[in-house]
Amino acid sequence: MQPLILTFQLALIVTAILFVIGVPLAYWIAFSQNRFKYIVETLVSMPLVLPPTVIGFYLLIAFSPQFFLGHFLESFFGIRVVFSFIGLVIGSVIFSLPFMVNPIKAGFQNFPIALLEASYCLGKSRHETLRRVIMPGIKPALLTGIVMAFAHTIGEFGVVLMIGGNIPGETRLASIAIYDQVEALNYNTAGLYALVLVAISFSILLVFYYLNRKIVKIF
Amino acid sequence: MLKIRIKRQMQTPQGKQCLDLDLNIEQGELVSIFGESGAGKTSLLRILAGLTVPEEGLIEVCGEVWFDSHKKINLPVQERRVGFVFQEGSLFPHMTVRENLEYACCDKNGLESVEGWIVDLGLKGLADQKPDQISGGQKQRVALIRALLSRPKLLLLDEPLSDLDFVSRLKLQDEIIKIYQKTGITTILVSHDLSEVFKLSKKTFVMDHGKIIKSGTPQEIFVNRDLSGKFRFTGEIIEIYKDGVLNILTLNIANQLTKVVATDDEITGLTVGSKVIVAAKAFNPLVLKA
Repeated sequence: MQPLILTFQLALIVTAILFVIGVPLAYWIAFSQNRFKYIVETLVSMPLVLPPTVIGFYLLIAFSPQFFLGHFLESFFGIRVVFSFIGLVIGSVIFSLPFMVNPIKAGFQNFPIALLEASYCLGKSRHETLRRVIMPGIKPALLTGIVMAFAHTIGEFGVVLMIGGNIPGETRLASIAIYDQVEALNYNTAGLYALVLVAISFSILLVFYYLNRKIVKIF
Repeated sequence: MLKIRIKRQMQTPQGKQCLDLDLNIEQGELVSIFGESGAGKTSLLRILAGLTVPEEGLIEVCGEVWFDSHKKINLPVQERRVGFVFQEGSLFPHMTVRENLEYACCDKNGLESVEGWIVDLGLKGLADQKPDQISGGQKQRVALIRALLSRPKLLLLDEPLSDLDFVSRLKLQDEIIKIYQKTGITTILVSHDLSEVFKLSKKTFVMDHGKIIKSGTPQEIFVNRDLSGKFRFTGEIIEIYKDGVLNILTLNIANQLTKVVATDDEITGLTVGSKVIVAAKAFNPLVLKA
């Protein structure tokens, strides 16, 4: 059970972090007039095209104690990122970033400008307009971002294997455990993990699409 | 006093044109801006609200500078205190009618007045409905009150009645007059409906290709001065049909429907929607108490 619990713990933490980072980042990309924002958009979408092992490899190098960042974190804060749960979180946040940011960005971009302008004319600040007018108006996009980021984190393999390894109770996630059990020819255990993963993922997506339909009806 | 001197390049369906305006509006006046589509009417309102920035010029409202390109002053839209009613209403779809009104309130007094407005406008049964559950006319009435609840210094109405049916339009015109008389707020109404301009405003600015080409009372501007009729009215053709050898025109004159007879020569070039002057000079009309 441990790899499954660890997987869902990781997915929850990563989704929460991504929501906090993703909303302002998507807002900036959608509304900023900065002419270099396409560079940020490209960086956010890189995980969509790169093999997960490439991102995992660079993270492994960057955070290894032999390199500046890893050395700095370990000597000043006592934090070891590689082969630890923190490493999984950082890797997963980077890898799932486009799955959170892109749907929310699309939600912002498709939101009627006239409603924003109506709110500004009523004397409401950008922050208040975001909180009270835009966010409730793009609920389907927010829900899509949350579910996609969560589901994608559950399904990760390459990045987490590269940066986290396969340490039981710390970095051995369900996807890695399945691979591990197959390698050891324990097909029954691997099958059990796989079945639970399929059932839970199916349930999450089912609830998501059901809720999304209801929300779309309300709007 | 509202002083507006602005210049801005605009992209219109007819190509590039320069919005070049110089006009003054007295405090507490209800004026209309009349002109065809693409004349720059909406751009003027957006510039006044702070939603579009002019390239150069000055906007001064009651002695307060909202925009001055030389001094690099550009007051943000939130600080201008402008009530803007858009053509399509722009009510927030996830809020009920009451929530839309409450959102606009800037203090406790405003919140307390919401209920009164709901009753005044006959929206009591609809206060907990979402905007998509109410009619177009009701939406615009809510949008109008929502704009007023933010305590604006200036009310900008961008063709708020153009999407409404005839009856709703008349009702909302009366509502605008009532609100204007009650609040005395300086109001700028953009319209390309002549009867609306006549009914609502005492002063009109006519815009064409980004410039003010005429200003004055609607009578001075639209009624041909060369005619010396005993009486004359401006109206809009609602219907044209032939009855035997005669042409019958149904006209909307100040929201009253009237039928008049016209010769073939007279109706040449006229279609439904054409604006016409109806005048008589050979006899004295009867004037009776209605």
